[in-house]
Amino acid sequence: MRRTSTPWLRARVASAWLETRTARTLVLDVPGWPGHDAGQHLDVRLTAEDGYQAQRSYSIASASATDRVELTVQKVPRGEVSSYLVDVAREGDELEVRGPVGGWFRWTPDDERAVSLVAGGSGVVPVMAMLRARQQAGSTAPFHLLYSTRTPDHVIYADELYRIATSGTGVEIAYVFTRGGLPDDVRAPGRLTAADVAAVEASIGRPGRVFVCGPNPFVETATRLFLDAGHPASIVRTERFGPTGG
Amino acid sequence: MGVVSRGFGSRRDDDGGRPLPPGQYLTEDFPVLSAGPTQVVDTDRWRLDVRDVDGSTHSIDWAGLMALPSEEVTVDLHCVTRWSKHDTTWRGVSVEVLLDSLLEEETEAEFALVRCYGDYTTNLPLEDLLDGKAWIAYEYDGDELRAEHGGPARLLVPHLYLWKSAKWVNGIELRQDDEPGFWETLGYHEYGDPWLEQRYSGD
Repeated sequence: MRRTSTPWLRARVASAWLETRTARTLVLDVPGWPGHDAGQHLDVRLTAEDGYQAQRSYSIASASATDRVELTVQKVPRGEVSSYLVDVAREGDELEVRGPVGGWFRWTPDDERAVSLVAGGSGVVPVMAMLRARQQAGSTAPFHLLYSTRTPDHVIYADELYRIATSGTGVEIAYVFTRGGLPDDVRAPGRLTAADVAAVEASIGRPGRVFVCGPNPFVETATRLFLDAGHPASIVRTERFGPTGG
Repeated sequence: MGVVSRGFGSRRDDDGGRPLPPGQYLTEDFPVLSAGPTQVVDTDRWRLDVRDVDGSTHSIDWAGLMALPSEEVTVDLHCVTRWSKHDTTWRGVSVEVLLDSLLEEETEAEFALVRCYGDYTTNLPLEDLLDGKAWIAYEYDGDELRAEHGGPARLLVPHLYLWKSAKWVNGIELRQDDEPGFWETLGYHEYGDPWLEQRYSGD
């Protein structure tokens, strides 16, 4: 157990780009960042000229590195911190971060069990960190990502996910589009179904661990489908965000 | 003052006109945070076991809980993930009333380890559960408490961060020593006072 308080660290925006129209990745230079496990999050603190401060927690998107960390922030309506990070912050701007935080929704490369990742919307961020950690470590654990978004335009990390899925390293990725897909899609648009979950097992066998992240109704649906398919509750770990989130 | 973020602060979230604990923001929603699947517990099989330091176990079932005097309380909630919610209304049995009904003698315990369906646990000093500071809550906003918010019954300890208000509660282990619970062994603060911003171990 940590006994000393985790310090706030000065972070500088090294680069930033839009992933979708409302989600932006920020690469932060953070001298003193100790590295992290995939799935963990950090706290961001913003300070205005007059001393006013606001804090939020964000999942870490990148695999572990010292002195550098990547976030992907989804802009939420009326969110003062996410609006700043998506619309205002630019290269060279400074903020503070604290972490890493969270030891439960976490994957480490010494875990060789088959992993089912299930993401809704920007819930892909912490599971992307897991995929990246797997690729970085050269792990051969079978991975399957089931990724639900409204449309293909809402997919975050589309290019990198395509490269991982076609790398021949044992990662399968299945997309679920709830509102509208591409013209030649075999699957009709719609919410996650039992068939989508059954396909996970067909791909990687019985998973040893299921990580589900997304808006709470999505997480409720997905976890119910896994339990109904006979997967034990003890292997399912969840990370949820509500309609707000800042 | 430390690091100023250029261009931040022109528009700010509403604080509800009342002070919030440091680092919190106000929400009108009621976000759901749980580390695993939502537990679905029928009141027919619901049971809560109180285990005292002498090893004796005292159980109450749903009918027994319903037969105890309840209170309606309106409290503010503060989640360690930074949202706060003002004026939430609950009905439940105060933990002091529950313990008085189950234990014949006053306990010698100093701490409590609260247990739940789904194996979640959290620890608190016993005094934080007494004197009308904590309830076994089974109604929210006039309706029965939904499973995703911890129904049929959850612990409600609003003066501490919300992870202490364990969902799907089914046991209170009274102890002389302090045994860390689920989040308390995963880097979160042992006590969790939002006004002192005790989020993580060592804060």
